[in-house]
Amino acid sequence: MDFINAIVLLLNYTVIPALTYGSQLALGAIFVTLVYGILRFANFATGDMMSFGTMVAVLLTFYFQSLGISFGFLPTALLTIPPAILAMIFYMLFIDKFVFSYYRVKKSPPVQLAMVSVGVMFVTQAIIRIIIGPFDRRFFDGEKFILKANEFKEMTGLNEGLTIKSTQAITIFVTVIVVSIMFWFLNRTKTGTSMRAYSDNEDLALLSGIDPKKVVLITWIIAGILATIGGVLYGLDKSYRPFVYFNNMLPIFAAAIVGGIGNPFGAFLGGYVIAFAEILVTYAYKKFFAYLLPEFMEPDSLMQLLSTDYKFAVSFSILVIVLLFRPSGIFKGKTL
Amino acid sequence: MQHKNIIAAYSIMTLLIIAVGVLQSWTIALTILNYCLISAVMTIGANIQWGYAGLINFGIMGYTALGGLAAVLVNVPPVKEAWKAGGSGMVVSLILIISGVYIIRTVLRKFENSKKRNYIVAAIIIIGFVIIRYISGPAIENIEAVDPAKTGFLGGLGLPIIFSWIVGGLFAAGIAFIVGKIALGLRADYLAIATLLIAEIIVSIIKHEDWLARGVKNVIGLKRPVPYEVDLQGATWFIDLVEQFHSKKLDLITSLSERQDVLNQLVIDASSVYVKLCLAGLFLTVVIILLILTQKALYSPWGRKMRAIRDNEVAANAMGKNVVKEHLLIFILGSAIVGIAGAMMVTNDGLFTPGSYRPMRYTFVIWVMVIVGGTGNNFGAILGGFVVWFLWVEAAPIALFFINFFTAHMEETNAVKQHLIQSAAYFRFLLVGIGLLIIMRYRPKGLIPEKINIK
Repeated sequence: MDFINAIVLLLNYTVIPALTYGSQLALGAIFVTLVYGILRFANFATGDMMSFGTMVAVLLTFYFQSLGISFGFLPTALLTIPPAILAMIFYMLFIDKFVFSYYRVKKSPPVQLAMVSVGVMFVTQAIIRIIIGPFDRRFFDGEKFILKANEFKEMTGLNEGLTIKSTQAITIFVTVIVVSIMFWFLNRTKTGTSMRAYSDNEDLALLSGIDPKKVVLITWIIAGILATIGGVLYGLDKSYRPFVYFNNMLPIFAAAIVGGIGNPFGAFLGGYVIAFAEILVTYAYKKFFAYLLPEFMEPDSLMQLLSTDYKFAVSFSILVIVLLFRPSGIFKGKTL
Repeated sequence: MQHKNIIAAYSIMTLLIIAVGVLQSWTIALTILNYCLISAVMTIGANIQWGYAGLINFGIMGYTALGGLAAVLVNVPPVKEAWKAGGSGMVVSLILIISGVYIIRTVLRKFENSKKRNYIVAAIIIIGFVIIRYISGPAIENIEAVDPAKTGFLGGLGLPIIFSWIVGGLFAAGIAFIVGKIALGLRADYLAIATLLIAEIIVSIIKHEDWLARGVKNVIGLKRPVPYEVDLQGATWFIDLVEQFHSKKLDLITSLSERQDVLNQLVIDASSVYVKLCLAGLFLTVVIILLILTQKALYSPWGRKMRAIRDNEVAANAMGKNVVKEHLLIFILGSAIVGIAGAMMVTNDGLFTPGSYRPMRYTFVIWVMVIVGGTGNNFGAILGGFVVWFLWVEAAPIALFFINFFTAHMEETNAVKQHLIQSAAYFRFLLVGIGLLIIMRYRPKGLIPEKINIK
């Protein structure tokens, strides 16, 4: 019984939160990796682009709520995702047309494009802060829990409760669907294959008659979908605050590089690697060991490897270790 | 031609700061000037790395924070009770860390590159980590329990804060050595991301290790290297000086009590201006010394070698230049200069707030300064520091002016107008971002571009 209690405890406090957080990171990491693989630069505006999409969704949610439209027991924000994606894609294409395309045509070095993306980051941040302000906003509505701790305890008779928030379930569910559709698109359709070809060898792809404009367009569309969905899911689960989204860019980058930048599947797994590492290293295992070990061996301390303050530091340290031993990432990067 | 440009640009900048002095107040103008000078030191550091050698260092924030840490550790008097409570534990931990590093080094040298070696290193790190936590844990608790409202940390050396400028540089250089060893082999954009994340790690350690510098509880009341306003307001020589300076204005006032009131007000204003001028003098000295050194370096054989490495790494390597060594050297030098700037900033503020170190303000804005000013040109980099910092501070008033101008026809209660006025502060991001994009597009080499002509 104690053993099951210990497992439930871990599930509740580490596995489910890590899966949720990992899914949110994974979507962002695939966005980073796609832009890196096809457009060939590190996009420092990642966090703020996700923030932009989420901002549209938040504003639309408030508008829908004022109209009295709701999505039953699901959050209203899910309804606003499609228009938010449209706005996001429009914004990205606008930025691409007036900023990035010039350097792409000129074949500038990636560093210069990365620098330009810093400029885009500033501008996007300004737009977001001017429109919605820097404050913390919660836009979640609908049913909060799928499974409450008390219900679970009654159901099973265990000491430990298992809580599943509806946002956690939605996040994992939506991520699985989006990512599978994306991989199907990249691997099975003609456009997807041409994108992979373009990423692998640009000149050869151009020779075989692939239209670079179309590839870039599709890339931004996929990027817009991923960025908006990732951002909205994160905002639903926690809350929407522009500064936090900017900061999220860092673990997202870590996930993309750990998985091998340029490799979407690697980025997908990298998100979970980072999330699990962050949560497992900073979790206090005292109660867990109290269940497993006999009474006289019970630990006095919290059994915490690092305090939760170092959550971000953990993921960055993993990145440094990966860069030291496998600079191309866990799954060899640079093949889409 | 180039000289004319430089002189014109700097004259315009001076005029702008004077305009702020006349239109707003001299205290604001001097505050801006001081921050401009500090930013200039940072841009010199970043420019050495990016302009001379083509290394992207997005970790400027981390080195700035290290400089600030140095200011605290040098200036604050030691907390004796805290040393008694947990000093020995911390010293033992430090010795253990150093010996751990040495053991790992020897393991890395003795064994060949293999899985076995990696496992041994990992085992040493994990065991060392557990032992150090076991020793330092109680020590940290004891230290933080010593009068937590005021101290709760080990304190520093109690030396004048001006020494910390050197110590800050050394701290930053030390960390830059480690970071450089780890990250410099990476490709340009990987290096940018890696340094950005490592800087986050450094700042999060400074934020959360309360025994070191109180973490987010901040350290206040650092002693200045210049006189305090209160002392000046009491000093007769200073009051006499102000009286002489404003004698014409004061002579017009006939009533004696009124004259005293006006004089008091003038003394209060003048004292803060005087303090800021003293600081500006100190900062200007640093900027000029660094400028002379970096200019000398730029035109020396070493500078030529760096440019050769920057422009064609492979060719330079083939000519027998040690690219790895030079990259590491320049990474350390640039970071050390940023560390000096970090210590100067804390000296200027008189307080250390680790929570305020954010990549936006301390990394990306500094980068915008370097790129806008002119990469590879020290005069350009310094000018960039001035221009961008000036815009960064004055963006809000400028934005407010334009908002009022364009919304003049709207009523005061108009929601759009009110919203815009509230968010005037965020127009600085817009201004800096658009400025960067325009400069990168139409003048990619910056306001004062690099121009090398060896006579």
